[in-house]
Amino acid sequence: MKLITAIIKPFKLDDVRQTVAHIGVQGLTVTEVLGLGRQIGHVERYRGTEHRTDLLPKTRVEVAVDDAIVEQVIEAICNVARTGKLGDGKIFVTRLAQAVRIRTGEMGADAV
Amino acid sequence: MNSRIVARIRPWAIALGAVLAPIVGYAQEAPVPDKGDTAWVLTATVLVILMTIPGLALFYGGMVRSKNVLSLLMQVFLTFCAISLLWAIYGYSVAFTSGNAFFGGFDRLFLQGLTSSSVAATFSKGVYIPEYVYFCFQLTFAAITCGLIVGAFAERIRFGAVLLFMVLWFSFAYLPIAHMVWFWAGPDAYTDAAAGSAATAGAGFLFQKGALDFAGGTVVHINAGIAGLVGALMLGKRVGYGTAPMPPHNLPLVMIGASLLWVGWFGFNVGSNLEANGFAGQVFANTLLATAAAALAWSIAEWVHRGTPTMLGAASGAVAGLVAITPACGWVGPMGAIAIGLIAGLACLWAVVGLKRKLGYDDSLDVFGVHCVGGILGALLTAVFCSPSLGGTGVYDYVANAVADYSIATQFKAQLWAVLVSLVWSGVVAAIAFKIVDLTVGLRVSEEQEREGLDTVSHGERAYN
Repeated sequence: MKLITAIIKPFKLDDVRQTVAHIGVQGLTVTEVLGLGRQIGHVERYRGTEHRTDLLPKTRVEVAVDDAIVEQVIEAICNVARTGKLGDGKIFVTRLAQAVRIRTGEMGADAV
Repeated sequence: MNSRIVARIRPWAIALGAVLAPIVGYAQEAPVPDKGDTAWVLTATVLVILMTIPGLALFYGGMVRSKNVLSLLMQVFLTFCAISLLWAIYGYSVAFTSGNAFFGGFDRLFLQGLTSSSVAATFSKGVYIPEYVYFCFQLTFAAITCGLIVGAFAERIRFGAVLLFMVLWFSFAYLPIAHMVWFWAGPDAYTDAAAGSAATAGAGFLFQKGALDFAGGTVVHINAGIAGLVGALMLGKRVGYGTAPMPPHNLPLVMIGASLLWVGWFGFNVGSNLEANGFAGQVFANTLLATAAAALAWSIAEWVHRGTPTMLGAASGAVAGLVAITPACGWVGPMGAIAIGLIAGLACLWAVVGLKRKLGYDDSLDVFGVHCVGGILGALLTAVFCSPSLGGTGVYDYVANAVADYSIATQFKAQLWAVLVSLVWSGVVAAIAFKIVDLTVGLRVSEEQEREGLDTVSHGERAYN
């Protein structure tokens, strides 16, 4: 099993949800985060102070998937989340040692 | 706003009338307040309360970080409550009864002698409003002046320190300055030249100097502004000031607060007319136009110089205009009001962006930059735009019952007296008061407490759950 973590632009969330649902992924976790990379931030001004923010709002989507569909999910996410402009985000894949469905106690591939 | 002491005259007037009536064949009647005037000043009083709670509270609250919003709300709210009580107990008496040129007396201590039929004079001969209404109206001025100061040392002061400071500063700075600027015998004392001179000799020190302050540019804004600066300097900068970003946590609240301030300010300025008449309309117009001009001036200048017109800037510009027109609103014409607003919008923007950065002090919410600078500007420009040649009202001579000859230079000097005395008196009292508080209660919270946030540390609450 793998844990796919996708950092995407917030307005792309609905597209990503729909696309992974089509592939058969039934659960995901969403967090609002701040991210910094190559995208240019902006300057904020409050009376006498001025500061530059390079940290921009992003959305983190985490899905636990079976090894068999990892490539499929990655490609699907990239296709819908890509705008071609700076700040589209990143996908990280990590090995998932175990997964458990709390309600039933199912483990492993049955749990994702 | 002008000061007024009556109610002592009334029993004498009745007695005199009783003696004279058979001799001269007419009855000297006790003045009866006009219901329209009374209704208006009562309404104005409510509007000024709204300026403080929640206007000022939200204006300040939205500007600080979310971990400190409750501390600002509490400081404004409880300062309002505390000053209200002190005003009733001794404040009104010390500000608005006879004493010397600097402090009034104790004739109204605990409001003794004040009844529902007591009256207070207005700016028109023979016209009075109930003294109780005047008492309440002036109470709201004292309360908001004290509340203004808290913005300067926001996010780092101990709550107990705020309350103790307010008691001291209110007693030894607000009361005497209000007395100096606004205490006079009222227009009915000016029957002839001799009586007029005698009346003026018993008035407040700055009133005697001829200083004009219709609604409180010196008494409220310069006063509070300089006290704020002294506080900001004595408390020192916030932890992380200059490096860590500290943007306002809720600008919509700031806008709501600023709007409540503007709307309420019509009570503050127009209520200071003490009558519901045509002139009240002029004061209203001045208050409206100066503010609009200032907000636009600040916004456009910000747009040109810094790239974007901000909500915080527009709100601050409006407040700067309100501050500047406060002393002038009953002395200038509408075009003069616009001029004052434009100048104040630009000057206060500079004070807040340029001056503050250059001098490096941490006046968290720009109490000095907006209220002190705006107040000084407004007080001095009053001398200019009061001139009838520039659309102003000139100064009325109650003995001659006509507008006197006007000299901008002479009036400017009188205004300068008021500005300098207010600055020095309030600044010195504030410094001593802060020192006393520092030695007793302690001024600042610890660095760790400041990082955590005053809401949890001082009030045991979180604003947003």
